[in-house]
Amino acid sequence: MKLTGAQILMKALKEEGVDTIFGYPGGAVLDIYDELSKTEMRHILVRHEQGAVHAADGYARAAGKTGVCLVTSGPGATNTVTGIASAYMDSIPIVIITGQVPTKLIGNDAFQEVDIVGITRPCTKHNYLVKNVANLATTIKEAFYIAGSGRPGPVLIDIPKDIVNDLAEYVSPEKVSLRSYNPTYNPNIKQINKVVKLIHKAVKPVIFAGGGIILSKAHAELTQFARKTRIPVTASLMGLGAFPASDPLWLGMIGMHGTYRSNMAIGECDLLIAVGVRFDDRVAGRTDTFASNAEIVHIDIDPTSIQKNISVSVPVVGDCKTTLEHLNKLIKKEDFGDIGQKCKGWLDKINEWKSTRPLAYTQSDIIKPQYVIDKLYELTKGKAIITTEVGQNQMWAAQYYHFDEPNHFITSGGLGCMGFGLPAAIGAQVACPDKIVVDVAGDGSIQMNIQEMATAVQYGLPINIVILNNQYLGMVRQWQELFYGKRYSSTSMEHAPDFVKLAEAYGAVGLRAVRPEEVEPVLSEGLSSPKTVIMEFVVAREESVYPMVPAGASITEMLLV
Amino acid sequence: MTAEKHVLSILVDNKPGVLSRIAGLFSGRGYNIESLSVAETMDPLVSRVTLVTKADAPVIEQIEKQLNKLINVIKVHDFTGAEYVQREMVLIKVTAKPEHRAEILRMVDIFRCKVVDVGMEHYTIETTGDQGKINAILNLLKPIGIKEIVKTGIIALLRDQYTKK
Ligand SMILES: Cc1ncc(C[n+]2csc(CCOP(=O)(O)OP(=O)(O)O)c2C)c(N)n1
Repeated sequence: MKLTGAQILMKALKEEGVDTIFGYPGGAVLDIYDELSKTEMRHILVRHEQGAVHAADGYARAAGKTGVCLVTSGPGATNTVTGIASAYMDSIPIVIITGQVPTKLIGNDAFQEVDIVGITRPCTKHNYLVKNVANLATTIKEAFYIAGSGRPGPVLIDIPKDIVNDLAEYVSPEKVSLRSYNPTYNPNIKQINKVVKLIHKAVKPVIFAGGGIILSKAHAELTQFARKTRIPVTASLMGLGAFPASDPLWLGMIGMHGTYRSNMAIGECDLLIAVGVRFDDRVAGRTDTFASNAEIVHIDIDPTSIQKNISVSVPVVGDCKTTLEHLNKLIKKEDFGDIGQKCKGWLDKINEWKSTRPLAYTQSDIIKPQYVIDKLYELTKGKAIITTEVGQNQMWAAQYYHFDEPNHFITSGGLGCMGFGLPAAIGAQVACPDKIVVDVAGDGSIQMNIQEMATAVQYGLPINIVILNNQYLGMVRQWQELFYGKRYSSTSMEHAPDFVKLAEAYGAVGLRAVRPEEVEPVLSEGLSSPKTVIMEFVVAREESVYPMVPAGASITEMLLV
Repeated sequence: MTAEKHVLSILVDNKPGVLSRIAGLFSGRGYNIESLSVAETMDPLVSRVTLVTKADAPVIEQIEKQLNKLINVIKVHDFTGAEYVQREMVLIKVTAKPEHRAEILRMVDIFRCKVVDVGMEHYTIETTGDQGKINAILNLLKPIGIKEIVKTGIIALLRDQYTKK
């Protein structure tokens, strides 16, 4: 029996296990929406297409599966670009379906036509323009396969309006095989043996975990590996939750706003085992001085990540989980009895760094933003899914909320995209209805996609938005304070809406804390509310994030409080 | 580190947009393309791109890896250091005053080129060869007066291995 393109699309999505789509309709996708309404598929109507992609991103990360969004041609498609770029930088599997003008109008500057395949070529893992309905099912299957395998990433499918109505038999291959795409999952055993040798030799080893651990679901394997070898662990922003923060081997985050002991450990270590990381400049700082005393092992599924920014002694191309499984098997047979002893001096030194230079702030009579996150951690017992906006709020969330589990810290790491947190929280809450979901926000960023409040309220999502209101674009102000002689050019945000009234206007709950003693009651009330809540905390205006490594400096050259 | 010339032979799916993915990769990441030629292979589903670029060792490593990462790229082969034949075709429109015609034809003969168009004032010469030969004939014709040239860009294939290692 022949089906229309729209029916094929729905059937193919269902076969991929999709039950939720984030989207926004328009002319080019009317027929798809009509078909969608006849299925069981859940559609979350966002208020801006950027929100749809971020929501699909948050959903993908919280659920550990591919997120889907559906938007119309032209402006609908172009509005997704920031979200796609963010997902691309963070290697998040999403399939984006865009409507396109009818095939015969493509290239004619038709109404709402845009070459979205051309626009998104550099920020998708792959993309398609479907020109024949007979290929639609196969294309969708391929798209999901590409998005979710290897190093994951966003894949876009552009479907012209006539293809949606054309008829074809539903034929989809059992298995996708692309002769030009074969990610390497299994590491080279010789390389792995070298790693084991290096571990035996090392007296000051460190593991550096990245988002790759979370993407490949290698949390348990990493934890086992570190505990068995007694090697301390640091992580990138994207790697928070890859290793339990409550473990004594945990060092804290690395990089520009990393902990003192993490960054110092990198400076002094003699072996660095980097897993699922890409040595972003915000992590590595000055690359020629990064871990310059160490043999560096780099494990990653994406060969382009290896030797790109940092030259390494042992490159291992492979999936993080598979590779760590191999390593764990090997070290099981080995005698590591003395490894704790051998590295004892090292662990002592690390602990000393921790006790002399902990993350710290002093709570005075004005609310400190760090204090809000501290209390948030306490009240949620570290179990909440935290999404963030971008800026100081993001860094304080990373520093002061502690993650024991993967998929609980959802942030725009690579692109650093303001306006990410609220829609991502929507996606996460849809994926995990039983979890407490909190968007930690700045007063600037929250205004970038504040319209998604309506989405949260419409679907009854009990998202908690914690606004750390410093009335500044705080992170930029911090740079202006440190590097531009306090010339605060265009970073004051004194003019903002009344967030409590705004929440109410959207049909949500609005709460505000102005004094330190109000922090806990406001958080308790907000977190226990079954509704969408904005909690505004009026915080110290000129508080800065420390430690800080100035851009281009060595990672050990930290500005401390 | 010094930038060296590399001849990359890239097999790709013969699909629309593939060339722009490759070109976009080069422009987006700030790599340079010196020459580029593309056409279908014996297998109509596969095209071969021959691309010449100049880069130092770490950059060429990235270029190869990034190319391999493109979903439509089947295989990347860097010919540098290997034995390969390379050819480029050039059409040269040269001023052909009566007093120079004999000399031009002599040169065409020596270089085993071909005159493919004769006009009142110009000859158009077709020549193929490696870059050494092409530069030589261009240099010799220059004093006579070259009006225009067009080059195809390099194409290259590995030599067959007679001696097994
Ligand atoms: C879309 C976008 N525009 C601009 C920036 C640059 N930027 C980075 S942090 C920041 C300030 C964020 O201010 P706010 O949301 O109030 O957070 P705070 O730093 O005060 O916590 C800006 C403007 C960005 N990251 N993203």
